Amino acid sequence: MADSFPWLSLLIFLPLAGAGALSLVEERHARLLALAVTLADFVVALPLWWLFDPSSSRMQFVEHVAWITSPPIHYSLGVDGISLPLVLMTAALMPLCVLVSWESIVTRLRAFMAVLLVMEAAMLGVFVALDFVLFYVFWEAMLIPMYLIIGVWGGPNRLYAAIKFFLYTLAGSVLLLVAILVLYFYGGRTFDVLALSQVTYPAAVQQWLFLAFFAAFAVKVPMFPFHTWLPDAHVEAPTAGSVLLASVLLKMGAYGFVRFSLPMLPDASRAMTPLMAALSIIAIIYGAYMALAQVDLKKLIAYSSVSHMGFVTLGLFVMNQQGIEGAVLQMVNHGITTGALFLCVGIIYERTHSRLIADNVGLAKPMPRYATFLVLFALSSLGLPGTNSFVGEFLVLVGTFLWSKAATALASLGIILAAAYLLYMVQRVVFGVPSARELPHLKDLDLREFGTLVPLVVLVFWIGLFPNPLVSRMHSTVTKTLETMARTKVAPMTHPSAAVVPPVVLSGRGEEGRP
Amino acid sequence: MTAYGTDLIIILPELIIVAAACLILILDPLTPRPKKELLAWLSLGSLALCIGLTGGQMGVLNLPLSAFSDLVVVDGYARFWKLLLYGVTGLTILMSLPYLKMEGLHLGEYYGFILLALSGMMVMVSGADLLTIYLGTELMSLSLYVMAGLKRSSPRSLEASAKYFVLGAFSSGLLLYGISLLYGLSGGTRLSTIAGALGARGFDDPMLLIATILLTVGFGFKLAVVPFHMWTPDVYQGAPTAVTAFMAVASKAASFAAFLRVFVEGLGGLKADWSMLFVLLSVLTLVLGNVVAIVQTNIKRMLAYSSIAHAGYALIGLVAAGRSAGESGGTSGIASVMLYLTFYAFMTLGAFAIIAMFRKGGLEGDEIEDFTGLAKRQPLAALIMLVFMVSLTGIPPTAGFIGKFYVFMAAVEAGLSWLAAVGLIFSAVSAYYYMRVVMLMYMREPEASAAEPSHLVPSPALSFVLACAVAGVIIFGLFPTPVVNLALQSVLLLK
Repeated sequence: MADSFPWLSLLIFLPLAGAGALSLVEERHARLLALAVTLADFVVALPLWWLFDPSSSRMQFVEHVAWITSPPIHYSLGVDGISLPLVLMTAALMPLCVLVSWESIVTRLRAFMAVLLVMEAAMLGVFVALDFVLFYVFWEAMLIPMYLIIGVWGGPNRLYAAIKFFLYTLAGSVLLLVAILVLYFYGGRTFDVLALSQVTYPAAVQQWLFLAFFAAFAVKVPMFPFHTWLPDAHVEAPTAGSVLLASVLLKMGAYGFVRFSLPMLPDASRAMTPLMAALSIIAIIYGAYMALAQVDLKKLIAYSSVSHMGFVTLGLFVMNQQGIEGAVLQMVNHGITTGALFLCVGIIYERTHSRLIADNVGLAKPMPRYATFLVLFALSSLGLPGTNSFVGEFLVLVGTFLWSKAATALASLGIILAAAYLLYMVQRVVFGVPSARELPHLKDLDLREFGTLVPLVVLVFWIGLFPNPLVSRMHSTVTKTLETMARTKVAPMTHPSAAVVPPVVLSGRGEEGRP
Repeated sequence: MTAYGTDLIIILPELIIVAAACLILILDPLTPRPKKELLAWLSLGSLALCIGLTGGQMGVLNLPLSAFSDLVVVDGYARFWKLLLYGVTGLTILMSLPYLKMEGLHLGEYYGFILLALSGMMVMVSGADLLTIYLGTELMSLSLYVMAGLKRSSPRSLEASAKYFVLGAFSSGLLLYGISLLYGLSGGTRLSTIAGALGARGFDDPMLLIATILLTVGFGFKLAVVPFHMWTPDVYQGAPTAVTAFMAVASKAASFAAFLRVFVEGLGGLKADWSMLFVLLSVLTLVLGNVVAIVQTNIKRMLAYSSIAHAGYALIGLVAAGRSAGESGGTSGIASVMLYLTFYAFMTLGAFAIIAMFRKGGLEGDEIEDFTGLAKRQPLAALIMLVFMVSLTGIPPTAGFIGKFYVFMAAVEAGLSWLAAVGLIFSAVSAYYYMRVVMLMYMREPEASAAEPSHLVPSPALSFVLACAVAGVIIFGLFPTPVVNLALQSVLLLK
């Protein structure tokens, strides 16, 4: 921690400055500037990988400045083994989002790039915030830019999709604010996430807080049955928006569970495990079945996200080393693979102006390079050994196996179904026989698109073949999270507030609530 | 005689404002039409003087001073509200400059009435006696009745004025009746006398219950809380927009200030009882304000219902103050109301400033549909409106979020987590109608058939008002600490 350089602030404020600078440049330079800013941000993020000390479970690159004095709210940042991979993934994906919007966004390009950069700042802020209010500020600040991305630059049904996304996520997260305030009074009048994680809360309070957290995070993940905004939002969003939604926004829900629900509310989490696992398995199987039936490529990938995120929540809530590490790894993997698949759909949409599988049949012949990439990413998504998703899903299933064999068997069905819907999609899109009028002169990938996809291929195989550097960075953090959870046995029912207070009206006076 | 002189010095800001108002009314007939703007600058000058006077007392000299044998008190609480009211009045006057010109209302007395209303509000926030507060309320209301009807060519404006007057007079009667009952019960109208006589009696005496309810009804009309909100949409829609902004912000702030003082300083012993009453009112207000706003097509009406809903959020703070037991004295609850109304002032004033100068043809474009496609025509105007709508929804990093944060924090502290949850759920509901404006501005193409699309008429005064409002919303959203500390210093203590 001797290193006092404010890496994380730089990471957050660089895109914001870029968004400001965009208002000064001409429309035609907007793309270049946005690309430069996102690349610069990635360059800032990259050294963290090496500077990060994998043996330490502490927060690193910590910044701690008072922001609001009463109540004490701090501008407090830091990363650990769970947030570091997500920060790097976000920073790595942003240049690709700019690249894929290079030609597909035609109206108000400058505004689009500015909104994209604001999104980047808010997303990175969510992953590095160590103060609960600061976290909430970033969490909510994302809503408006994402609403605009879907609503202004989206597809034909964008208005409906945008407001649905907005209201769903807002309705979920307002209860989070109540929960944060309740935690403040029970946890010794602090919003510090690490300090709040050290407090044992009465069991009844934990139950309610868990439900409030659940409302916010489950909508974002999205867990079955709160997933209905997702297909609409994904389908209508422009490609960059879909990538951000799938790769980063969905991770925030899972990140919320592992950062807040598990360490702060261990008893409630343990009590809820069967329910959470059941919802996860339903999501895995239901999402996969829905994906099988889709005729729209984006919808297919959207439902596959529901299924894949089911693995993540399953891994988190079996609450053992393998499960959580697998889940965090799977968060990164899903970000890479699904992001790549959305990029692929965006690229083909620019050419054929249709996302329907029926309109994009037999691409192997006119676009061999494109077809190669699509097959690669599809194989990665279905968890072929050697690719990244295999490692993550395998770890999750190992973790689940330690918890329940039946659940493992059910969850494995999801992998089989994933193979079914993805290979069926590949069979038609890549190798199908196009109808005669359909075989136009589709241009294969150009250099820009090539450059968009190649980094992701590298990541797919790197994590697939050498997952150890990544996993080793998570290891001590996950161990510590589990230790934090184990520290609390059963919440003492002799606790003054637990015994007296009915669960709804938390008479949350700090003095009583403190253990 | 010397003591009388001290009294006059204590209320010097009020005297300056009244003198300036009278001067304007005298000068008005003598000023030729093109020079009427000078009267506005005169009133701004008097405001600047008052800001200096009151602001100068804020720091180390923030001592409570009472005058006229405790009829009036100038304490930190009063100074806080006065500064807010000066600011709001100043911005309203600036906003009115281009607005009156656009509407062809060359009325110098307009500025006189604004200042008279302001002096009434200042008396309200400084009143330590029910009758002083009543007099202030009446001075404010009478000026506002006239101002609501200033657009004499518009039937809606006249209707608004008449409706406001009838209902306002009725509510004043109820207020006065409540005061007279309290006088009968306690033998005085000083808030301190009432507090001393009532002690912690509770509602065991039915007369006390009736008196409290009558006071609540009387103030409820001024605050526009459900079920005493009926006049609000019609009056807000009909009145000239600058006046609407003034009513929605300044009159609401002053009424809340007096309301808080009466219930905290005068009826503080009954806090357990009145907070139950206000729980009911705040929930009703939140539900009705937010739900009915959804179906509005006129943006002034929508903002009227939104201002009703915001009064509901502010009431939560008062409920929290009443319910919080112990040594903290409900400080956080009362401070949260003060903060909420301060932040609300900036965003609502800004939104109304845009509506006032939003023109379709020569007329005010006050239908929500008129905002369709604004982002294409005037990106900056649309962005500013977006900021206000986001802040009204209460999404960070805007002042609206900070205001809600403190209110809900006070509620949770007082053990009313469920009320905070209800409030927040309805703020999610409110997102629907605020975001509809954003949706129309950014995501819909304007109809090609419209001969002259609606647009914001720029002017230096408007730019200044909008700059202040946006700066307030953003800066207080990011760095609220100074205002928070100010509010905490000047808060009333609930004994």
